Amino acid sequence: MNRIIARTLALVVCGWTAGVLGSASAGEDALGSQPASGAPVIVKISNFTFEPATIKVSPGTQIKWINEDDVPHTVTGTDPKSPMHSAALDTDDSYAVVMGDAGTFKYFCAVHPHMVGTVIVE
Amino acid sequence: MKDSKHVPGEESSPKLDRRQLLKCGAWAGTGLLWTLAGGVPVASALTRSATPRTTGLRFVQISDSHIGFHKEANPDANATLQAAMNEVVGLQPQFVLHTGDVSHLSKVEEFDTAQQIVGTYRGDVHYVPGEHDVIGDNGNTFFERFNGSTDRKWYSFDASGVHFIGLVNVLDLQAGGFGRLGGEQLEWLERDLKHRSASTPLVIFTHMPLWTVYPDWGWGTDDATQALSYMRRFGSVTVLNGHIHQVLQKVEGHVKFFTAMSTAFPQPAPGAAPSPGPMKVPAETLRHVLGIRDVSYQGKHSPLAVSDRTLDAVDAARGAA
Repeated sequence: MNRIIARTLALVVCGWTAGVLGSASAGEDALGSQPASGAPVIVKISNFTFEPATIKVSPGTQIKWINEDDVPHTVTGTDPKSPMHSAALDTDDSYAVVMGDAGTFKYFCAVHPHMVGTVIVE
Repeated sequence: MKDSKHVPGEESSPKLDRRQLLKCGAWAGTGLLWTLAGGVPVASALTRSATPRTTGLRFVQISDSHIGFHKEANPDANATLQAAMNEVVGLQPQFVLHTGDVSHLSKVEEFDTAQQIVGTYRGDVHYVPGEHDVIGDNGNTFFERFNGSTDRKWYSFDASGVHFIGLVNVLDLQAGGFGRLGGEQLEWLERDLKHRSASTPLVIFTHMPLWTVYPDWGWGTDDATQALSYMRRFGSVTVLNGHIHQVLQKVEGHVKFFTAMSTAFPQPAPGAAPSPGPMKVPAETLRHVLGIRDVSYQGKHSPLAVSDRTLDAVDAARGAA
């Protein structure tokens, strides 16, 4: 009897633990590798300018660009290895990227190349 | 030169003499077609179909139709493009040039609608892309649709002894830069011009201005100087651009540069606003800041006659009918 109870208990505990871990992974997959406490860092695209033009974040931070202009813009990394390659963002469209490794990542708007920005990950 | 409202009746005043006519012509950008006949400037009042049909070449430039745009600056870009094309049909040009930003977001349905409305005019339309036409696919959809092939980007053709060159300066734009022609295109341009007689009038049409209009807003082309160096020996060079949604002009030796109005929405004058985005104007004045360009060429030794026509001048002329 004791063994049965012990085994059942063990199974319940394992099941519960798996459930917790499973949901935690699902939660992590939904959010990417963003730390649970981290809200995305917002970069506004307004008046043909990235605001702020330069930001510093830690690895794993999500950055979200929001276009407030009446014309489309893109967030396009200048390096082919850059994680930033958005589609055209129309008014109120947004684009989010989770920054991985440390480094300096320059980007610009492929439609209006005079618009430039930098993300520093450290 | 900025367009001014056509003043009905002034040209038909019985007291109008040559001095008054020339004064009127110097003031008005709309409604007058200046041509040179035997070296003497002659102004012809432009009214709907009474427009004098030249025996030489006539073509129209339209620009920046931005089909797909529907914000406050113009909730109906389709309607204003249609108004422009109705006027184009009335002018009966030999062909039309579209200097780019045909669409707003490079979407297939936007190209479809633009093509349909521009197709109100049944003649040939020669297109060059704007930066809004090449988003996401390096312009493949645009070139396939409007040039017949992704391989046909820049090109030239001849009409009535004038050599036309369509250039593309919105591809492979570099961070922090302006428009860009690129080495391959510049080499092609040099070859295209090399053996032509310097007396051949040239008309160059491309989207972004080939002179630096306003660097803070990226209004210029990085390698335009090299392109222009190939044209310096020619006696008559006319450069037609779009992109800035307003008419500005510059003369540099034998080269005359003109930017054009949009058929969709105006943009602020250089530095007059925080950014070059769509400029909202009162609804009743929108058609006064949108328009097309009518260009005539009478033959060798006469310059091209350029006349900018706002959409409301077109409407007024029709209303007077």
